[in-house]
Amino acid sequence: MALELELISPFDVAKDIALAVQEYTLLSAQSLANFFRRPLYMGDMLQQADLIGVGSLPIVILTGLSVGALLALNAASTLQRFGGVTLIGQLVSLGMVTELGPLITGLMVAGRNASGMASELGSMIVTEQIDAMRALGTDPTKKLITPRVGATAFMLFFLTIIADLLGLIGGYGVAHLLFGVDTNQYWTSIWQILVFRDVFTGLIKPVLFGFIIATVGCYYGMSTKGGTQGVGRSTTQAVVAASVLILIVDFFVTKLIFAIFGYR
Amino acid sequence: MPAPTLPSENPAAAVVSPSGYAIEFDNVSIAFDEKVVLDGISFQLAHGETKAIFGVAGSGKSTLLKLAIGLLRPDSGRIFVLGEEITHMPERELFELRRRVGIVFQESALFDSLKVYENVAFRLMEERISAEEIERRVREVLRFVELERTYDMRPSELSGGMRRRVAIARAIITEPEVLLYDSPTGGLDPVTSNTIVELIMKQRDVYKTSALMVTHRLQDAFTMATHQFDQTTNQMVALPKGQHCEVPMSFLILRDARVIFDGDGHQLATSRDDYIREYIS
Repeated sequence: MALELELISPFDVAKDIALAVQEYTLLSAQSLANFFRRPLYMGDMLQQADLIGVGSLPIVILTGLSVGALLALNAASTLQRFGGVTLIGQLVSLGMVTELGPLITGLMVAGRNASGMASELGSMIVTEQIDAMRALGTDPTKKLITPRVGATAFMLFFLTIIADLLGLIGGYGVAHLLFGVDTNQYWTSIWQILVFRDVFTGLIKPVLFGFIIATVGCYYGMSTKGGTQGVGRSTTQAVVAASVLILIVDFFVTKLIFAIFGYR
Repeated sequence: MPAPTLPSENPAAAVVSPSGYAIEFDNVSIAFDEKVVLDGISFQLAHGETKAIFGVAGSGKSTLLKLAIGLLRPDSGRIFVLGEEITHMPERELFELRRRVGIVFQESALFDSLKVYENVAFRLMEERISAEEIERRVREVLRFVELERTYDMRPSELSGGMRRRVAIARAIITEPEVLLYDSPTGGLDPVTSNTIVELIMKQRDVYKTSALMVTHRLQDAFTMATHQFDQTTNQMVALPKGQHCEVPMSFLILRDARVIFDGDGHQLATSRDDYIREYIS
């Protein structure tokens, strides 16, 4: 049996990518515009906030604690050489608040919720539930997407604060128990090293990451094709795309904030 | 089996558009990935009429229904629903128009995260109607489809026939002027199919609702053409042979993306077209 290979034109691939970017941009813009149009589905938003926020709490607590502890452990091994173990608090504080807290929380929530959104909406597409909703006179972007976008951005903000705090506690555990850093010194150094720019960076990122997670999850869900196999494909693609986009946006946001506020 | 009574039966509730047809397709074509699904389709659905649409699998019957409610846009041609052209109507305006049109999907398309009463009440909840009024109307319409006991159940707990009847309840709760049925009896046993045919007939004869009904089952359409719903006995009754043309029932057959027949039962039965004769035999 002859093996038939179908050659895909690079022009078609480029066209598909451009179309996907256009559709994603439109969906994202619409999800934001819906915040200013009635009805605003507050009940659905609260339900999603519970699912995303409370549901993600255990995983955020665990990762926050471990990342803070690991950060302290790695920092200590270097600082010990220069006799600067007392600076652990500063390194953990800067690392968690500006970078690792938002990033790790974003990636964890992306893994858990972008996939959940893509599979839920994808299943609704293949079983014609989205068509049914449109046929019943309800805008699915308003009823399904906007509440998810609002809830994810809102809850990721607070989840990141929790992750930051637990990271600092994890770092304190390592610094105090393993390296004998004084409690007062650790927490004072944490407080003293942080400036407005660090806190602003650490709090603006989760809002952006939350927006990315929800819009990417919903985009892949809403563009599902090909039955249950398509749902599986959308789920995987949503997690990969959301994670990659978070990392890329993280770099550019950090660079932009440095450009605006200047380096230390 | 007699169909249950809807307590607030009000035949006058069926609002008729001041002019034109309930639905009109004018030279409509649509293709997916270069495969032409419908090619130059034209037909009209009069107010109060039910039109059964036949065709082999993949002949574009479901696509036609989705075009009629604006879920798909045609590549060319024009579509009118209740006197308004929907061909290029913005989605936001379509949402308003769709409140006057009900649709029953092939696989019911019930929201599986919601309970039966939430599914049926979906449109009423969106319109912010009071909870008491919603409960009264949901119970009423569930009684109409003989499923009041499923009020608190999840769609996953229902059989295929029950899901189809809940979908009908969801479609008719707002007393739409036009109903679109996509294979409402597909895959169901004869008894359940009969109950559903009777419900559709009641919508036609009591509420004078215009309807497009996609079906593979010729016998369902012929039952609708040869029977009438009798409000006094609350069940369908067979019409004498000479009166079959008195019910507002017509047939449309699709083949190779085109309409090959559009007419009433008598014209269908006397058609000389070989394909049609073979199809209905």
